Amino acid sequence: MKTKPFAAPYAVWMLLFTIVPIALVAAYSFTTADGALTLRNMANFLDPIYITVLLRSLGIALLCTLICLLVGYPAAYVLAQKDFDKKGVLVLLFVIPMWMNFLLRTYAWLTLLESNGLITSTVNRVIEFFGGQGNVRLLYNYGAVLMGMVYNYLPFMVLPLYTSLSRLDRRVVEAAEDLGANRSQVFLRVVFPLSVPGIFSGVTMVFMPAITTFVISRLLGGAQFKLFGDLIEQQFLFTGNWNFGSAMSLIMMVLLLLSMSIMNRYGDQEGGGIF
Amino acid sequence: MKKLLPLLLCACLLCAPFLSGCTPAANEKPSSITVFNWEDYINPEIFDLFEKETGIKVTYTRFTTNEEMYLRLDRGGVNYDVAFPSDYMIERLVKNDLLLPLDHEKLPEFKNTYAWLQTPDYDPESKYSVPYMWGTVGILYNTEMTDGEIDSWGAMWDAKYLRNVLMMDSVRDSLGITLCYLGFDLNTRDETQLAAAAEMLKEQKRSGVVLAYGVDEIKDKMVNNEAALGLVWSGDAITSIDLNEGLAFCVPKEGSNVWIDGMVIPRSSKNPEGALAFINFMMRPEIAAMNSEYIGYSTPNEAAMAILGAEYSENPIFNPPAEVIARCKFFHDVEDALETYNRIWEEVMNE
Repeated sequence: MKTKPFAAPYAVWMLLFTIVPIALVAAYSFTTADGALTLRNMANFLDPIYITVLLRSLGIALLCTLICLLVGYPAAYVLAQKDFDKKGVLVLLFVIPMWMNFLLRTYAWLTLLESNGLITSTVNRVIEFFGGQGNVRLLYNYGAVLMGMVYNYLPFMVLPLYTSLSRLDRRVVEAAEDLGANRSQVFLRVVFPLSVPGIFSGVTMVFMPAITTFVISRLLGGAQFKLFGDLIEQQFLFTGNWNFGSAMSLIMMVLLLLSMSIMNRYGDQEGGGIF
Repeated sequence: MKKLLPLLLCACLLCAPFLSGCTPAANEKPSSITVFNWEDYINPEIFDLFEKETGIKVTYTRFTTNEEMYLRLDRGGVNYDVAFPSDYMIERLVKNDLLLPLDHEKLPEFKNTYAWLQTPDYDPESKYSVPYMWGTVGILYNTEMTDGEIDSWGAMWDAKYLRNVLMMDSVRDSLGITLCYLGFDLNTRDETQLAAAAEMLKEQKRSGVVLAYGVDEIKDKMVNNEAALGLVWSGDAITSIDLNEGLAFCVPKEGSNVWIDGMVIPRSSKNPEGALAFINFMMRPEIAAMNSEYIGYSTPNEAAMAILGAEYSENPIFNPPAEVIARCKFFHDVEDALETYNRIWEEVMNE
């Protein structure tokens, strides 16, 4: 009870910057530019154009989350090993890029991936070395967008996994070994199940920004692979249809809430979901 | 005490937005103006010179598209004293009563403006705007990747430039040049003409000639030899050719867009007197020349052109000959058809 007053600043903060804005978004979603109530914004969304973009966003976000998991899990596993002594440095290396603005990092990829850029020219030289045609282009395609997303969101997967794996009770592993489990059995039947909460929070942390991605898709995809976030940005900054933009944001929020609640149902253990 | 601290924090939170709003002394004679201009579109030395002379301090803010700027003036709840919209946007701002008329008594330097730019058809009496910079839209091309001189928009649809064309992610520009290519008016509101242009743009994307859609990135990619052709504003062409001599620029024979970025005073201005002083200052020949030299865009100022000298005035991109201007048109506000324009662009982008 004594600490309750100290929560007041946060409550005011929440009210001003979370609840009021969400209420405003909802209000805009169901009104026309003149303020009359309408469901037109929602109906507009059913246009095949927007559904295609939504499905594309969903697809790329799932793919990005999967790749982050496949790349991030082994990395987190190695980092969490007790006898691994460089872990401080490595964890730091994962975090340092996040100190830089993501826009700046994405612009760097724009230069690295262009035809005369470091990565593309190296790849082409390697192909030529093996007798192939060295004219691979890496920028402005689906792969470039996916690459940019994985690069940006990977730390969000590795860090929760690392936390969850390093908190793992070594004695459980030792017990399994004493009982005759071999290394893969220990991993599959003990370590992996115990790290599921970490997987869930990693997946949540990657999937959420991934599905609302914008700018990355515009820069690395040359605006040819518009994602849902780009569509919302477009409505607010260029077209000026705030009502439709809000309706799309609301639809996105509802979808996220739904997927999160499904996740939480299955992953509701300590250290799990973020709700 | 325990209760006081949280209360104080709450009070701070609640007051913060108001505090920032009331800093400029309202009752004192205002001695500052807020300028709202395009990204990278002024010589920053100007501010010091202006402040030294008039004592008026300039706060400088930026935007990247006309549409974004319009929305801020329309609903932003912010006060700008001078803004730099383009022609068709000036028309829209005037129609929606968002600009103050200019007092030409206070703008003696306007006389330096080229006569043909003093009466642009979107604001024939220069009642609300005076030109700041102007230019054309055309094709920037890499002479090593293309064969011979390019003189038609058709090149941007040519299958031999597969994955080699950079288009502008800007509805009016990309749609405008397509309409020109088809021989239609670039301000058309005719649904069938627009549908034909939309089909052309979709076809262009389907055929795979488009490498990417962009705005500011186009010049960087052209300079780095990443693409053969790019749709650019003339000022960007000048900057790019400076950095890569293998590039050339043309305003295609089918016609194109000529544009002006003007200086206007938004209705929300708190200091219109200061704004007028600033606009007049910007039209002084030496100052206009400084800006033009710095950003590489063409000056509408005849006296400034004289200062810049032959290197500039004889450059056909910087100072297009009359026959080029003759085949170019200004953009106009398309009013209700804007929805169709936006819709077409959405369809093209999601093709």
